[in-house]
Amino acid sequence: MAIIEQTDLTPAPPSPPEPGHDHGGHGGPGPSAALTNPKLAMWLFLASDCLFFGAFISAYLLYRGREQDGPTPRELFDIPFTSATSFILLMSSLGMVLALAAIQRGDHRRFRLWIMATALFGATFVAGQIFEFTEFSRKGLSLDTNLFGSSFFVLTGFHGAHVCMGILWLLSLWGMSTQGRLGPEKAESVEIAGLYWHFVDVVWIVIFTVIYLMPQPGT
Amino acid sequence: MTTVEKAPPVSQREVGLLRRPRATTGFASWLTTVDHKKIGILYVCTALVFFVLGGVEALLIRLQLFGPNGTVLTAGQYNQMFTMHGTTMVFLVGMPIAIGLGNYFVPLQIGARDVAFPRINMFGYWVVLLGGIFMYSSFFLGGAPDGGWFGYTPLTSAPLDSGFLPGRGPDFWTMGLILLGVGSTTSAINFIVTCINMRCPGMSLLRMPVFTWMMLVIAFLTLFAIPPVTVALTMVFFDRNFGTLFFDPAAGGDPLLYQHLFWIFGHPEVYILILPGMGIVSETLPVFSRKPLFGYAIVVFSGIAIGFLGWGVWAHHMFVTGLGPVAISAFGLATMLIAIPTGVKIFNWLGTVWGGSVRLTTSMLFSLGFIAMFTIGGLSGVMHSVVPADTQQTDTYFVVAHFHYVLFGGLILALFAGFYYWYPKVFGRMLDERMGKLNFWTMFIGFNLTFAPMHFLGLWGQPRRTYRYDEGLGWETLNQLVTVGSFIIAFSVLVFIVNAVVSKSRGQVAGDDPWDGRTLEWSISSPPPEYNFAEVPEVHSRDDFWHRKYTEDDEGRLVPLPSGGAEAHAAAGHDGHGIHLPSPSYFPLVTALGLPILGYAAVFQNVWIALLGAVVLLYGIYAWAIEPAD
Repeated sequence: MAIIEQTDLTPAPPSPPEPGHDHGGHGGPGPSAALTNPKLAMWLFLASDCLFFGAFISAYLLYRGREQDGPTPRELFDIPFTSATSFILLMSSLGMVLALAAIQRGDHRRFRLWIMATALFGATFVAGQIFEFTEFSRKGLSLDTNLFGSSFFVLTGFHGAHVCMGILWLLSLWGMSTQGRLGPEKAESVEIAGLYWHFVDVVWIVIFTVIYLMPQPGT
Repeated sequence: MTTVEKAPPVSQREVGLLRRPRATTGFASWLTTVDHKKIGILYVCTALVFFVLGGVEALLIRLQLFGPNGTVLTAGQYNQMFTMHGTTMVFLVGMPIAIGLGNYFVPLQIGARDVAFPRINMFGYWVVLLGGIFMYSSFFLGGAPDGGWFGYTPLTSAPLDSGFLPGRGPDFWTMGLILLGVGSTTSAINFIVTCINMRCPGMSLLRMPVFTWMMLVIAFLTLFAIPPVTVALTMVFFDRNFGTLFFDPAAGGDPLLYQHLFWIFGHPEVYILILPGMGIVSETLPVFSRKPLFGYAIVVFSGIAIGFLGWGVWAHHMFVTGLGPVAISAFGLATMLIAIPTGVKIFNWLGTVWGGSVRLTTSMLFSLGFIAMFTIGGLSGVMHSVVPADTQQTDTYFVVAHFHYVLFGGLILALFAGFYYWYPKVFGRMLDERMGKLNFWTMFIGFNLTFAPMHFLGLWGQPRRTYRYDEGLGWETLNQLVTVGSFIIAFSVLVFIVNAVVSKSRGQVAGDDPWDGRTLEWSISSPPPEYNFAEVPEVHSRDDFWHRKYTEDDEGRLVPLPSGGAEAHAAAGHDGHGIHLPSPSYFPLVTALGLPILGYAAVFQNVWIALLGAVVLLYGIYAWAIEPAD
């Protein structure tokens, strides 16, 4: 496949065939290669992942207000605190954008700075989530306390796991950059990691709205 | 992903602990291959082994039900048999064979040299194989899954210590299906990207062969059907092992949520299974009738319509759960609607055969058998959309008869049509036609003996999933007939296996184009070279290869073009030198190995196994990422 450096979604100009070298079996831009193979694959994965979260969110919505005993959301939520960590997570997307812009310019110093900042913002969010989980657990909510505990911990837990995967991915990119393994032709792999990272952020906006901001049943 | 223009020096090719494999023949090459054709063969062979296992389970079920109060199996063993039979046939036979045939033929049909992601392709295969082994290992590790292939809650989700479904079977089942879902999702992504980005010049979407089209449709269905069931299975696993209350009615949980999530997956899954079969006969019928497919565009759009409508009918599996009159009316109507695109396709196939010069090869017999049997299954399906009738038929053998007419009479017959049609391309030799006819007729008769009487048994009240029945209910004779039929099917499968093994070395040499085919796979040698196409073809019409061979005179009669005419053999003499193919890799296998280890860790809740699995998985992923793509 020809090296494609542009990052927008417009079709790549057809690359002239290299003389004496036939195109490889994979990656050749077909009749409609508006998206490169890896980018299209990531979009498809994210589409699939939407339904993963969608199913958990549906379960959460179905079970809202059905807890029979144990603490209820109203007794537990510290909305200013969670809003703050959510804000930090959303700001990490800005870091991701700046990191991508830097690697596309070939500016590895800035790239490493921003990718590390993004990872740290993400880690702050996860730390906030761990703190929240321990607080809730101290106040008597666990997986088996009531339906709220079950659906809350499992939904936010799987989201947290997604964030942790993302952090590992960002740190790996940081490591590759320090070792000089992240040439300009790999800018697309940063972009793909970015797609994933932004997706995880967007999903959190939905989860945060559904769990924390929607009026609690009975209010 | 970038092309490495020159092979990097050897020192760069060593990644991690494993040297980059180079073998292209021998046992090791099958472990590390990224050639879509070899992976296709692996898929189909693996699935056939599981087909035999699932068949043995079915035979045990039939032996148990041969007479009243059967004693072959205990109730517990019977539950394991019907659970594993269903699970095996759906996830380890139907899907992998379709994916295997798709793997082999989709790139050939669209003029590509490989799929979009050769290593992910191999990863998907390993996940299916290891996931299957993982699930079957439960027989030796405390009992196989026994909650049905649908695994309804709260039976399956009751906590482990509650005494319902003791043993680890259900945990193997949930973890196994989640694993297989990972494999299916990666395969689906690979198929979609391949069909969208890898088509050869001129191969517009509406020139794609119908089989490829149907593989594209089921790839989308798979992509969106797997997540809901993954969530449902995760919840069941958490309920059983970690005390969550998702499906515990006593705590306010709703077992019906599970049924919704499962069937939102489960009904599209039915189309994931049947659409490849429809694709196969849409290839074979035109070839063996020497006519183009009647109404190509309508067939394609009907397939897409089935794919869309398939999302709106899941609750017809739940008509007796008390959804209320509005919901069941809506789902009943939507279910009837599906009959329209399906019926359209049936008439298109008949229109294709009508007036053609029909050759009754084994493949054609299986294709015609498919149309007839699938129509019967489709009609009993429409009966189920009538809610009051369905209420009577639910959980009786009538339902078993219906879906076996669709999935065996439909999918399996079509797959065998595909085997006889494509075997010469894969192995360069024909399957024996005399054994083939024996295979077809024994299967066709055995199938009808097995499943036709079940309609009556069901209407007379014989319940599904019940390990024995009393004397004097009037079910004895037909049950004996059914069991005899099932052994005729087993004999037929044996005939096929012997045929496939013997013909591989002794079959008649096929040549490139034994059937006078229409699609691009017949334009290259049998078996195809590793690089598929010496020159990437350029197509100018639907059925391009046919139009390179034939033209029509003024009265519409076919006139063969002189050999070597048009652009035929433009690539003659090309030895494939200089075609860059992706190198084999160990890491799909290593990465896939990590998953069942994590599965065992989850089932036995052992941190050390989990750690081991995580290390293997991470090692595989990192080494894979660092290894050059080609």
